[in-house]
Parts: sequence; structure tokens; C-alpha cells
Amino acid sequence: MSEQLETATNPENLQRVVIEPLTRVEGHGKVTLLLDDDNHVRQARLHIVEFRGFEKFIQGRPYWEVPVLVQRLCGICPVSHHLAAAKATDALVGATQLTPTAEKVRRLMHFGQTLQSHALHFFHLCSPDLLFGFDDAVRHRNIVGVIEDHPEIAKQGVLLRKYGQEVIRVTAGKRIHGTGAIPGGVNKSLSREELDYLLSDIEQVVTWGGEAVALIKRIYFEQLEYHQAFASIDSSMLSLVRPDGAFEIYAGGLRARDVAGKAIFDHVDCNDYEQYLREGVKSWSYMKFPYIESLGAENGWYRVGPLARVNNCDYFDTPLAEQERVEFRAAGAGGAPLQATLAYHWARLIELLHCAEAIRELLHDPDLLGDDLLVRGELQSRGIGVIEAPRGTLFHHYEIDADGIVEKCNLIVSTTNNNQAMNESIRQVASNYLDGRHLTEPLLNQIEVAVRAYDPCLSCATHALGKMPLEISLLDSRGELVERLVKSSTGEIRAPG
Amino acid sequence: MTGHGIRQVLVFAWGNPSRGDDALGPALLELLASRQEKGELPDVELLTDFQLQVEHALDLQGRERVLFIDASVSVPQPCELRPLQAEQDTSYTTHAMSPAAILAVYAKINDEPPPPAFLLSIRGYEFDLGEALSAQARSNLQQGYALACDFLNNPSM
Repeated sequence: MSEQLETATNPENLQRVVIEPLTRVEGHGKVTLLLDDDNHVRQARLHIVEFRGFEKFIQGRPYWEVPVLVQRLCGICPVSHHLAAAKATDALVGATQLTPTAEKVRRLMHFGQTLQSHALHFFHLCSPDLLFGFDDAVRHRNIVGVIEDHPEIAKQGVLLRKYGQEVIRVTAGKRIHGTGAIPGGVNKSLSREELDYLLSDIEQVVTWGGEAVALIKRIYFEQLEYHQAFASIDSSMLSLVRPDGAFEIYAGGLRARDVAGKAIFDHVDCNDYEQYLREGVKSWSYMKFPYIESLGAENGWYRVGPLARVNNCDYFDTPLAEQERVEFRAAGAGGAPLQATLAYHWARLIELLHCAEAIRELLHDPDLLGDDLLVRGELQSRGIGVIEAPRGTLFHHYEIDADGIVEKCNLIVSTTNNNQAMNESIRQVASNYLDGRHLTEPLLNQIEVAVRAYDPCLSCATHALGKMPLEISLLDSRGELVERLVKSSTGEIRAPG
Repeated sequence: MTGHGIRQVLVFAWGNPSRGDDALGPALLELLASRQEKGELPDVELLTDFQLQVEHALDLQGRERVLFIDASVSVPQPCELRPLQAEQDTSYTTHAMSPAAILAVYAKINDEPPPPAFLLSIRGYEFDLGEALSAQARSNLQQGYALACDFLNNPSM
């Protein structure tokens, strides 16, 4: 499918449809479709345009500023960048093993971040589609509609999100722009009062996590055929795993499995990532296309994020999530990884439940109260930090000069890792649902539903009011504008006057 | 789960301090914070975030008045202050909800009307990563600060 729809053979003779930007997707992305005179899709591409300038933003800065600075890259996942950068700078200061207190405070922060991110994504961005159906009236298909029709679910989403934010505030010291993780450790541990504060709500959070998994399973199995088929593609999958194969989002080695679940590589030291992964470029996209070197650029693309992590790991070390993982894996054909793109939501909520359980366990660990916060070794010139961000594997790679100034910076963010996979999914949707049909808002929303399943963070963190209209342009085979539609702030699509 | 005492007035500004004029909201908040360091505005709580999100509805609980502050590319320069009504708009990218939608969420999850709320929009122009405030935005910021001070000094507004 990729080869057929990535590049049309005669684009000059086709209509162009531009969906820009994608709604309920962070940042700025657009989809272009080229249609022939019979509305058959001949080319489909996802363009993400906001990833330029990251490296330039960081190069020339002292390494000790980086864990704070990188939070400004993204308004949605600042903690992920904060922790990945902190791990990379640990390596720069020669801190090969953090103190138990430092590592556990960071893990707690990361569990809180993942929990709140997954809660936001499911309850506020995707549940409108899943609860109401993909062709629901656009004015109803948003979080306000969810609150209207399912007040308890929506309220749980708000409170789960808030709980995760409070874990971040307590561990990082501030609601945003926190300085919790620093090169070689953390700058604070938790007080008894802070632990008790977080403990006071954790049982409720675990309960809600379990209910969220039950809800997504009900939704998935009620329309099983649709969920299995929609935007479904066969792909390899990449994630971190613990040395014993357990689910891991903070440390561990890299594991890649092919479509059948067979290992491509396993327990790879993150410092060696460049030996296993390459970053391809395409003339039509600013964003790179990573691939597994041994499989080559054409076949080596992969998926990251919850779907990959839950498929790749051998087990969860928390009981409720492990129980759910077993059921999840049983849904894959013949023991192979579950490839359904909409199963991202299911996997995401299993992870949410795991994070809640893991937070509960950590909050009883006395190491969180410790005061041994920092270790230092000999300064190194190269530091690599890899974590599993909520949306997938995140690489931070820095090289510094003798004065500690960053000379080289390479970031591979989760959304970049999923770039080819998202393109494959929208081509599947375009081919199966749009081909030959008159384009309507519900049909175009199918494209967005496919992209949203990956929860891409397009990372602009800029949202000034009035800055983000959705515009759809149809051009004829000569490039002349046939029709232009604008999606207003009320969600209505209209032709501008 | 607020974790802190409730002050009567909430000023909530959002934006990315490293994204050019997107920093207008946080920059204005810093000006207000400098007044608090001198002992002024004791009844005002200052909060900021990168973007307005659904859980921020919980920050409105127990307030008598709320002032939202953001950069805008669509208001006349230098700035505009207007009252807000709870509105079930689609805020179609809910990674960045509108303040009116936040008020609507508040009403739904608390089953009561939200506190009186106003939006101060300051005109911005450039939003590139790593850029400072533009010269015109800095000028607009001063006008916005004066308007915010009027609002905070005048409880009847």
C-alpha cells in the first residue's frame, strides 16, 4: 500500500485535498490527498512541519541547562524531554548509577507524567470518537459532549489528569518548568507530607484505571471487526524492555520485533542506537523517517508507543496490568503481536493502570524520603538518554566540548519514530473509506481518527487564539482552486465568504 | 486535590516562554509576581502553564473572579479585555482548550456556575522556537499589564 499511495505517478492530473491542521492533535500537521476525476485516492501523505529548529535551540547551551531548557520544546510532554535529557546529562557527568532515591523520584515523576498524558489522550481527545462514533455531529464530538452524556467518565478523566499533574508537581517542585531532575540525580526528594498527600487518592486512581481498561475493552469488542480492521497495518515494533523482559519506560535496553513477533534485536544498549537505527529523509517531508538498519529503509520502519510496548514486553510487574496484558496478547492472531491501530487505545489504558499501580507501590518505598540525591563522576563528551515517553521511544543525544557547551544534539522523538507508520495508516484509511466517495467531514475525520490513535505530539506548544483553523482545499487537475472549506472555531465547516 | 489555600482571585496565563510572542501571558504574570514580591495583590493567585487544559477547570474552584491571559493573533492591537461566558465550543484542538470551554467544564463537573471570568488577549506576531518577544509585542505587553492592574485594583469589574 505504501508504494502505491505514497507517490502518485501523475500528480499533475489529480485533485488535491489538504486537511490542515489536524484537529485534536498537538501542534501543526496536515494531510494531503490527491484524487483523480472519479474521487479515487492516488496519493496520501501526512506532513508534520514543526520539528525544525530543535537542535539549533539546544546547541551552544551549557549541558547543565539542558534538562530545563528542553521542556520548552513541547507543551504537552515537557516531562518526557526533561527526563530524557536528564539521563543524557547523567552520562555526561559520569553518573553511571544514580542513588536509589534519585532513580525512584524520577520514576515516580515519569509514572505521573505517563498517567496524566494517557488520561488526557483517552478521556479528552479520543473518547469522543470512540463513545459517540466517528460520524457523530462535529459539535458533539469533543470533550464537552463527553461530559454532557457521560459525566462520570469525563469527571474521572479530569481527576486522573489532575492526579498525574500533582505527582509531577510534587516530584519536580513546580507545576511546570520544574527542575526536579538534574545531571547526576534530583534536587529534591519527597517529604512525609507529600507522600501522604499522594497516597490519599491513589486507591481511587487505581480503581479508575481499572474501570478505564474495562471501558475500552467493551468499546473494542462491541465493534470488534471494525476495530481490528480500521487503519490496521502490519509493522515491526520497537520499545525499551527491562533486562528480564518486563515492561519498562525509564531504563532498560531496546527490543525490536517483527510482524510475527520474532526478535530483530534485543536488549540493545541505548548508547549503541545509531548502529541499529537510521533516519531516512524524503523530499516531501521535513520530518525524518527512522528505520531499522538491518531491514533497510523500505521495510525497516516500525511502530513505537503503547501498542509496541505492551506487545513487546514479556510481562508487567504489577498484577492488574499483567492480567490485562495477557488478555490483550490473546487478541493477536496466533500469538503474533496485535497489529490493530485502534488497539493503541487499549494498550494505552493498560499502561495507565500499570502507572497507577506502580505509583501506589512506589509511594510506600522509604527511598523516596532519602537525602542522598546526587552522584558525579568524570565528565564525558557524549551522553545519550532514552526513555519511553507516553507516545513512544524518545532519544536525546548530546556531545559537548571541554567547557560543557553542547556542540551536537540529536533528538528522535516518538512522533518521528511513528512517522512512516502514521503515513501507512492514513493510506489504509484513504484507500478503504474515502476512495471513490464524495468527501464529507465525517469521512475526513476518519483520517484524523487514524492519526489520533498514535497520539502524535506535533510539539508546537504554540496555540495563540485564532491561530489554528482547519482548511481543506480542493484543486483540479490544472491546480486551480475548485473549492475551499474552512473549519471554524465552532467546528462547523463552511465556505469562506 | 488542590494542595494549597484558595485565594479570591485567580490570574491564569498560558504560553511557552521560548516561543516568541507566545510568552506574552507568562511575561505578564511575571510582572504581576514582582508586585506580589513587594507585598501587593495578597488575594491574587498567579498560575501559568504551557497550554490551557481540561484539568485547569479545577483551579477555578472557590474563586470570586478569574482573569485568563493569553497571546492572540486575532485581537486588535495592543490588547483586549472581555468578559467570558461558559460555552460548549468544540475547542477543536483540545490539546489547547478555550477558556470559555474550561468554564463549561467547570459548570458540568461541579454542577454550579463558574466564577465570573474575563479574558485578556494580547496581540502577538511571531511564535518561533527560541525567539524572544517581538518589539511590538513588548509594547503591547505594557498596555496589557496596565489593563490587568486596572482589573485587579477594581473589584467591581
